[in-house]
Amino acid sequence: MAKLPKPEELSKIDLKPPKTDWMDTPVEFKEDMYCWGAKGKNLKVVEFPNARDWSPKEEDWKLPENWKEIVMEAFGDRLSKYRSFKLFMDICVRCGACADKCHFFIGGGDPKNMPVLRAELMRSVYRKHFTTGGKIFGKTAGARELTLNVLKEWWYYYYQCTECRRCSVFCPYGIDTAEITMMGREFLNLLGLNIDWIAGPVANCYMKGNHLGLEPHTIKNSIEFFLDDIENITGIKIEPTFNRKGAEILFVTPSGDLFADPGTYTAMGYLMLFHELGLDYTWSTYASEGGNFGFFTSNEMGKRLNSKIYAEAKRLGVKWILGGECGHMWRVLHQYMDTWNGPADFLEVPKSPITGTVFENAKATKMVHIAEFTADLIKHGKLKLDPRRNDHLKVTFHDSCNTSRGMGILEEPRYIIKNVCKNFYEMPENTIREYTFCCGSGTGLNASENMALRMRGGLPRANAVKYVHDNHGVNMLANICAIDRATLKSAMEYWVPDVQVCGIHELVANALVMKGEKERTLDLRLEPLPGKAEKEGNE
Amino acid sequence: MSLKNLLEENKGKIIAKWFDAIIETYPSDTANFLKSQENRFANPVGATISQGINNLFDIIMNGSDNEEAYAFLDNIVRIRAIQDFTPSQAVSFMFFLKRIIREELRKAIQEKHIYEELFAFEAKIDVLASSAFDIYMKCREKLYEIKASELRRMTFRLLQRANLLSEVKGQDSDFKEGNDG
Ligand code: SF4
Ligand code: SF4
Repeated sequence: MAKLPKPEELSKIDLKPPKTDWMDTPVEFKEDMYCWGAKGKNLKVVEFPNARDWSPKEEDWKLPENWKEIVMEAFGDRLSKYRSFKLFMDICVRCGACADKCHFFIGGGDPKNMPVLRAELMRSVYRKHFTTGGKIFGKTAGARELTLNVLKEWWYYYYQCTECRRCSVFCPYGIDTAEITMMGREFLNLLGLNIDWIAGPVANCYMKGNHLGLEPHTIKNSIEFFLDDIENITGIKIEPTFNRKGAEILFVTPSGDLFADPGTYTAMGYLMLFHELGLDYTWSTYASEGGNFGFFTSNEMGKRLNSKIYAEAKRLGVKWILGGECGHMWRVLHQYMDTWNGPADFLEVPKSPITGTVFENAKATKMVHIAEFTADLIKHGKLKLDPRRNDHLKVTFHDSCNTSRGMGILEEPRYIIKNVCKNFYEMPENTIREYTFCCGSGTGLNASENMALRMRGGLPRANAVKYVHDNHGVNMLANICAIDRATLKSAMEYWVPDVQVCGIHELVANALVMKGEKERTLDLRLEPLPGKAEKEGNE
Repeated sequence: MSLKNLLEENKGKIIAKWFDAIIETYPSDTANFLKSQENRFANPVGATISQGINNLFDIIMNGSDNEEAYAFLDNIVRIRAIQDFTPSQAVSFMFFLKRIIREELRKAIQEKHIYEELFAFEAKIDVLASSAFDIYMKCREKLYEIKASELRRMTFRLLQRANLLSEVKGQDSDFKEGNDG
């Protein structure tokens, strides 16, 4: 029989990890910590280089022979093209202010997840190849050669960063590690080194307009399913339009909400709200995706996928665009769309047909976030609301990285929630608003194969949720991001199982008193409303 | 003086050492952070460990019910189960306490001949250590469950649309369950 260690022996085992310098600690691909490599067919669709099937776990990554030249050439090119990139390479003083601000480091404890080290992975190569000091003094100047191992390390850690930008809030020099990650991914993509969770949706989006590759009839079908449920709940039959020319407003939302719970309830919420307002709007089966995983790939790919939104707005001849609850979609729309594919001078400055409010903040892009739109409706008293229908919920709000840090949507969702439900509790101050913790789902997406990584990254967020759960009985985590709705659900399942996840328009639609509706007994999840349980039970 | 009194008297020192021993299972940069950041929301791992072992210590010392200990064990193990540890590394922190007590109180225990009490105390630690292992297994299973239910969530609505679910009505409820989790 194998000799088992006695407890005393076990307690004496030295568990201290070896003390080696980070540069001398080679990257180790750990189970549940990384995503699958991009499939060749998905890269081919968008004409990306080195399209082939490969596995990050294998020794051989099937790289082109001159891979190093390719990267170094692009590195030099981007340094001269983007001043901020060059600056970020040069000015970090390694003060450490950002070091403990990354959710992956906080929850997982891997030092290479400290933003300063994540950036150093690339900066060290920069020094070696682009600075005199680095060329001469090498390692003592923090410089190192770009080797295959270093490349693998880049892949492992740049596809862990969620580009959440929390670290940048704390940097006295405004260094944005997310930008360094983006650059890292851009280089990796030149070698065909993407993850399939990005490459697949990118290919689908490019061909069919949305992440899953849903075709027009399937999209229509999905929405019709919601209509049946809505009729069940309210007795009202809604008839939305698709690809309708001449509509005043084009509505674009992340496709995730069309097929995965709990996002589906948010989509039902939109339908109910727009119907009640009698909004002159249309869905599009072409611009059928607000999300943009091209943004997680390269600048160029982000731009290509984004172009369909204006193209469709033009084709349909709408006046302006309304966008659903999403995170990174808004970062793209807010900060990139105008320069990429604008100016949208064929559109008008968005004006709410219900309140007359002109959204001056959307003057350039002509696209309004639905949280702004709905908050404005409530402010003007245009909605009849019965918040008691949400009495079974104790709600807290998760600020999504992109809407909070990226574009400052902080008050509108809170204002909406407070008007549609009575029990609202904030999480601790250093975990919300611009200090918000990312949902933690690796690379911003919800792949399943990197689940341990996702749980690590989700820990700081979940820890704050647990606090309001334990202290106030919070049972619903609201947010305005489709990826959050998918990923936080899993994070909650692991860390705080009693807490459910929802979008805010689910809460709005629950509370919305609609003209001609029957007495409601069910919420949007087809569960009994508070006080209506017995009625249901008797049936 | 009984072992309990000894433990009470030396509690601060023992817990500090126990905490350090656990923290040292992390890389040194990480250990520095876990030790020095005192805000529990900025440092959930350090805070959970610190709060957890304080409570565990009291529970064992006072001979309280193991049930009570379970929640604190769960909080710590749930974290270590998804970090860079092997199963034994993830749960071995309970055994650290044995070593520390023997080191710290050796002399006093020898002088006062309270081995019986010590053995009883250590037996309680052993029980909790094996519970920790059960919790570890549950956490890992949970991880795989979440993976599966995520896939189900994504496919449920699509299958429903394609009317594929009408043929597998029996599974419909399973799907739904996965949805609502
Ligand atoms: S806070 Fe800024 S300057 Fe300081 S280490 Fe981080 S990136 Fe460098
Ligand atoms: S995940 Fe967020 S906090 Fe961490 S390095 Fe990336 S941008 Fe910074």
